[in-house]
Amino acid sequence: MNTPMTANSDALPALTKKDFDAGVDVRWCPGCGDYAILAAVQKTMPSLGVPREKIVFVSGIGCSSRFPYYMNTYGFHTIHGRAPAIATGLKSYRPDLHVWVVTGDGDGLSIGGNHLMHAMRRNVDIKIMLFNNKIYGLTKGQYSPTSDVGTRTKSTPVGSIDTPFKPLSLAIGAGATFVARVGDTDAKLLPLILQAAHAHKGTAFIEILQNCPVFNDGAFDAVMDKKAKGDRQLQLEHGKPMLFAGGTRGVAWVRGKLDVVDVGEGKAAMADILVHDAHDPDPTVAFALAQWEHPAKPVPMGILRAVERPTYDGALRAQLREATDKGPADLQALVTGNDTWMVA
Amino acid sequence: MSQKPVHELDAVVIRFAGDSGDGMQVTGDRFTSESAHFGNDIRTLPDFPAEIRAPAGTLAGVSSFQLHFAHLPVFTPGDATDVLVAMNPAALKANLSGLKPHGVIIANTGQFGDRNLEKAGYATNPLADGSLSAFQVFPVDISRLTETAVEGTGLNTRAVDRCKNFFALGLCLWMYSRPLEHTLAWIDSKFGKTPDVAEANRRALKAGYFYGETAEAFPVRYSVRAAALPAGLYRNISGNKALAYGFITAAHKLGVELFLGSYPITPASDILHELSAHKRFGVITMQAEDELAAVTAAIGASFGGALALTTTSGPGIALKSEAIALATMTELPLVVVDVQRGGPSTGLPTKTEQADLLQALFGRNSESPVPVIAASTPADCFEAAFEASRVAMQYMTPVMLLSDGYVANGSEPWRVPDVAAIPEVKLDYVPQGSVFKPYARDPHTLARPRVRIGTPGLEHRIGGLEKEHVTGNISYDPKNHERMVRLRHAKIAGIARELPKTELAGGDSGDVLLLGWGSTRGAIHGAGIRLREMGRKVSTTHLRWLNPLPSDLAEVFARFHMVVVPELNLGQLAFVLRGKTLRDVRSICKVQGQPFREQEIIDKVLELMADINVSPFVVDVLEGARALTHASLA
Repeated sequence: MNTPMTANSDALPALTKKDFDAGVDVRWCPGCGDYAILAAVQKTMPSLGVPREKIVFVSGIGCSSRFPYYMNTYGFHTIHGRAPAIATGLKSYRPDLHVWVVTGDGDGLSIGGNHLMHAMRRNVDIKIMLFNNKIYGLTKGQYSPTSDVGTRTKSTPVGSIDTPFKPLSLAIGAGATFVARVGDTDAKLLPLILQAAHAHKGTAFIEILQNCPVFNDGAFDAVMDKKAKGDRQLQLEHGKPMLFAGGTRGVAWVRGKLDVVDVGEGKAAMADILVHDAHDPDPTVAFALAQWEHPAKPVPMGILRAVERPTYDGALRAQLREATDKGPADLQALVTGNDTWMVA
Repeated sequence: MSQKPVHELDAVVIRFAGDSGDGMQVTGDRFTSESAHFGNDIRTLPDFPAEIRAPAGTLAGVSSFQLHFAHLPVFTPGDATDVLVAMNPAALKANLSGLKPHGVIIANTGQFGDRNLEKAGYATNPLADGSLSAFQVFPVDISRLTETAVEGTGLNTRAVDRCKNFFALGLCLWMYSRPLEHTLAWIDSKFGKTPDVAEANRRALKAGYFYGETAEAFPVRYSVRAAALPAGLYRNISGNKALAYGFITAAHKLGVELFLGSYPITPASDILHELSAHKRFGVITMQAEDELAAVTAAIGASFGGALALTTTSGPGIALKSEAIALATMTELPLVVVDVQRGGPSTGLPTKTEQADLLQALFGRNSESPVPVIAASTPADCFEAAFEASRVAMQYMTPVMLLSDGYVANGSEPWRVPDVAAIPEVKLDYVPQGSVFKPYARDPHTLARPRVRIGTPGLEHRIGGLEKEHVTGNISYDPKNHERMVRLRHAKIAGIARELPKTELAGGDSGDVLLLGWGSTRGAIHGAGIRLREMGRKVSTTHLRWLNPLPSDLAEVFARFHMVVVPELNLGQLAFVLRGKTLRDVRSICKVQGQPFREQEIIDKVLELMADINVSPFVVDVLEGARALTHASLA
């Protein structure tokens, strides 16, 4: 993985977390997972070595989408679902800017599903943080496209009936080149993921499991619980064997399927345990892992996939350069065309 | 070779009609180019079905191209046709009603077999049963003559068949005493990569030309002298192309790059195609995943400093509305082009209409004023695009530009502008290190300050939530909201200060003021001239801006006994004008997917003048509906 520090960081005055605080009252509900994410982002930004004025946060609509107001960078709180499209236009026009998108499960996967999908397909060099709380918060508690089947809300009084999206599967299916998952309160992993996403050239998709204490409290408790998480999370590290539960369990191919095996004498050998290869051009393993859910399987955390592919904005600029390199453009010649006549 | 006599004509309206695969648009384009080169004034009307290849030989598949070329100034593609070139029975049937009495029909007899006659709904062959006795019919077996002419080029039957439009073109070029050179050169450049096709088309073209010269069937040929156009260098231009050039020029003069976000839609796609071909001018085009992404990507680029553009038709505007309101709220420049077509819903994708005016003016949630400008002719699109871009950037606002299928696909001679003579438009940016409030106001334009994103120290946040005056912070304060609503309104209304005095053709006062907007200009202007020739006190004027309206409008209206607005809708501008001026405004409405004919306007104006107490709008609509019902029952 690339190192997060960039070359021009020596030239910059050292920024601190406070430099990225917009200094306005934060208006999320007490206990909202968004606070932890905001703190982690503000804390990580100085380490990226990017001047504040070159950073833009773009969001859609929803609780998470208030995020740009709290960042002392350039910011654009747009309309429901459209943040990836707005970010695509901005990044295509201004490749010098570092564009971050903040969205949620409703904003990104429901009303804006199409744009999210196409941004990842195009591999626009933008960083997308999807705060997944499995619920609509700002509209007061309706079920979302990631809510579990049977979720009872005001709009689904006897339980939701539709199968939820698995955001990481969707991202991999759409061709995302960087796909990661992290919990809101994971103060250790979240900055690392943000740094890696920044260093990645192309669309980075980060699913952040985020607790909504008002409408869906504890949705991720089983996975995020400090004591149980060793058994319930599969912490992925590139080049390391996929082990969890203190190294007693691991991931291996079993009869043609990716599965969990016990490791040890009389059980699976370490040689059978898959070594995580985030850069594998073949998305098969990443996709299989993206399907895993608690309680049937450990929940993969960290960077599932980080592969290289030309970016949309890069290719677009290359075409422009190629055209402009052919010589100065003659506007008069364009307007005149080559089929004219004189009237005396 | 015997020289046939040549008759002088002032103007000719010719219509080429055939199957949608017959190449009628190419034939029309070429004849137009020859007429333009010759120095005629011209107006064109391409008219084609939405289906790419509708079933051959059917009425649904008829594609046509009408050209009006003249020695005198012309303003429309012509009310009725002098010459109809019908490549099959369906083309004859679909276009016969537009032919003048004693008009010329050149019919391709090779396609008038039983099967095609049946497909067109003819029980007997109209070329033989005497039903066309009111016209001059020239039956020519274009299919067979073309086949003979291209024999030996090695083309297959299908490819040979596709050359017959060049035979028809050659015949018409002869008939109107036009040279072949330009078209021969054009064939060389167009089909250079397929020499056999080029050779076959050349032969078909010449065969048609020589057929006219030698066949006894054609006793005379005609000539239409050059028109007295203002001196200068001319080219032929379509509306969509002129729009594209206008935007490129505007970006250049504004000192920014052009960004187009677009999603393919008829009849606007050609703007996307054209702009995509001009990357060397720094033009960025993005074919987005949908209309919503097209407009929002443009808004993103606008935030980044671009001249941001999105192009679509009515259904696309419906999808973009929320985003346009975001640009209104965040006060970001954006040009939205609506090339109108028949509606509602999918409607008539390839046909023209002006029924998106109210959508353009009001089709967003809440109080979201947007300047609306309309292009009136193909060449006028250049200026309209430039103006829309300038206003968007200077006033920090989305601007809606209305075109329509008729303007977009039609063409006319255009005196090529001297690009260097177009003044640059200076844009002010907030300098680094200054005290900056995102929603402070320019005292003159009321625009908020323009910031180059990336400038250190000017970091700020904008969004769709209501803004506090000056600071731009989120504000739910009731009084602030009203203040901001009124400010946004005043900013757009203030553009009226820039608008020139309303200019009239005809007297400064009189009985009738004929007022139009958009693509009806030619027909209205032409009708006005003819009404004045008839001794009527009729003046005409045309609106470029629909929002804001010129501030002298009520005063101009007061000088006329009656104000009449012809529109290709059910009276949308008339509705607005009544509200804005408290004047009774009468409507002339047409919603048939076709432009006005001058005569239609003349007849209706005379009728209104004869009976000025008729309640206008309601009667027009009801009468129109009743008349249509009666016609369909009859």
